[in-house]
Amino acid sequence: MIRLQHLTKSFGAKQVLNGLCLEVPDGRNTVVIGGSGSGKSVTLKLIAGLLEPDAGQVEVDGEVVQTMDRSELAALRGRIGYVFQFAALFDSMTVAQNIGLGLVKQGYDEATIARRVEESLAVVELSGTEDRYPAELSGGMRKRVGIARAIALKPRYILYDEPTTGLDPITSAVMDDLMRRTRDLGVTGLVVTHDMRSAFSVGDRIAMLHCGAIRQVGTVEEIQATDDPVVRQFIEGRPGAALPMPAGGSPE
Amino acid sequence: MRRLGVDSVPIALFIAVFTGAVPMYFVGALVGKTIMMELGPVLTGMALAGRVGASIAAELGTMKVTEQVDALETLAYDRNSYLIVPRVLAATLMFPVVTAFAMSVGVFSGWITAINLLDLSSPDFLKGLKLFYRFKDIWFGLIKSASFGAAVALMGCLRGLDAQAGAAGVGLSTTRAVVLGCEAILVLDAFWALVLL
Repeated sequence: MIRLQHLTKSFGAKQVLNGLCLEVPDGRNTVVIGGSGSGKSVTLKLIAGLLEPDAGQVEVDGEVVQTMDRSELAALRGRIGYVFQFAALFDSMTVAQNIGLGLVKQGYDEATIARRVEESLAVVELSGTEDRYPAELSGGMRKRVGIARAIALKPRYILYDEPTTGLDPITSAVMDDLMRRTRDLGVTGLVVTHDMRSAFSVGDRIAMLHCGAIRQVGTVEEIQATDDPVVRQFIEGRPGAALPMPAGGSPE
Repeated sequence: MRRLGVDSVPIALFIAVFTGAVPMYFVGALVGKTIMMELGPVLTGMALAGRVGASIAAELGTMKVTEQVDALETLAYDRNSYLIVPRVLAATLMFPVVTAFAMSVGVFSGWITAINLLDLSSPDFLKGLKLFYRFKDIWFGLIKSASFGAAVALMGCLRGLDAQAGAAGVGLSTTRAVVLGCEAILVLDAFWALVLL
């Protein structure tokens, strides 16, 4: 289980997270929704140890990420897959090399790496693209390779950062399907998105991040039936004054 | 190493040809001394600061703003050992190689200039070349260029990994890397003059 406790994070004068608390139960997809600049991506980076919180702590499987030394952090990252918003594939490497890079670090032999790469590409329905470079792929294909890179490590958790942003509706549906299938394989998913169609399709639980803290957590049905005006406005996509940005906005 | 070293040879040799031709009135001794100890390493270093330093900063800056550096870390790679150390090592090893080429071409260019424009004979040029030659001169130049390589690559890496989001951020980091690389070369040049001379 991932447990976020009273997380606070600022960038200069911009307060992004302000006492965020959230539990991510095992074996389910938890979706964090919230406006642009609300700190969703920052939350994922805190979990992966890419950023340090100003206060509060992140627990993964009972271990506090902030107190881990370099080797413990490396071990943690072996258990967490990370799918980046724009895939973050390495331009100079082929698809196979991108997917195999994490496996190389973990010391697998070449045959095992080749097999895992093949299996991962089959899951995301991109078999045969091993020798292509990221520049030769469409945006949707790059995101799927990003998922293949994450699942190749057979992680316990996968963090998805805006997995459907910028994709056409059909490719978005394919991504949603992939996230559900990954969950069905026993992987715990934490998805941050502001795509409500995707959130309702993928999520077992939905948490609304607003002004640096969790405004409401619930099942899809509970969120859809909410009478909280802020959550209601967000899920219905209504313009208005009920959704103030955090002070000064924030980088995600 | 190929990109940082071998691909940089043409620009270094281009500079060396004209460097050797410039001090034609000093002939022999001064051509050798100035090129081996100062002009060869410093001008080659400056040229490579523009080429190699900018290339490293732009590459790592782009990786940073497209989250490729974060992606590396999530795959349990250490950014310093995977991105910085190999580049600094490659530049430290290859700058002296390129500088040695540049020194050779610079002296050769000085010789050609001297015999054609100053009516100096080859024996006279070589005699002058040997007059104040010390074996240490070459090593002095090569040690300096190794330190220039390390500094240029390190500045490129640090500025690149510090790039802020967007094309403007990468451009700014690249410019800073080149400026800092050139400044580091001048500071190191003075340092080695105090230590080795």
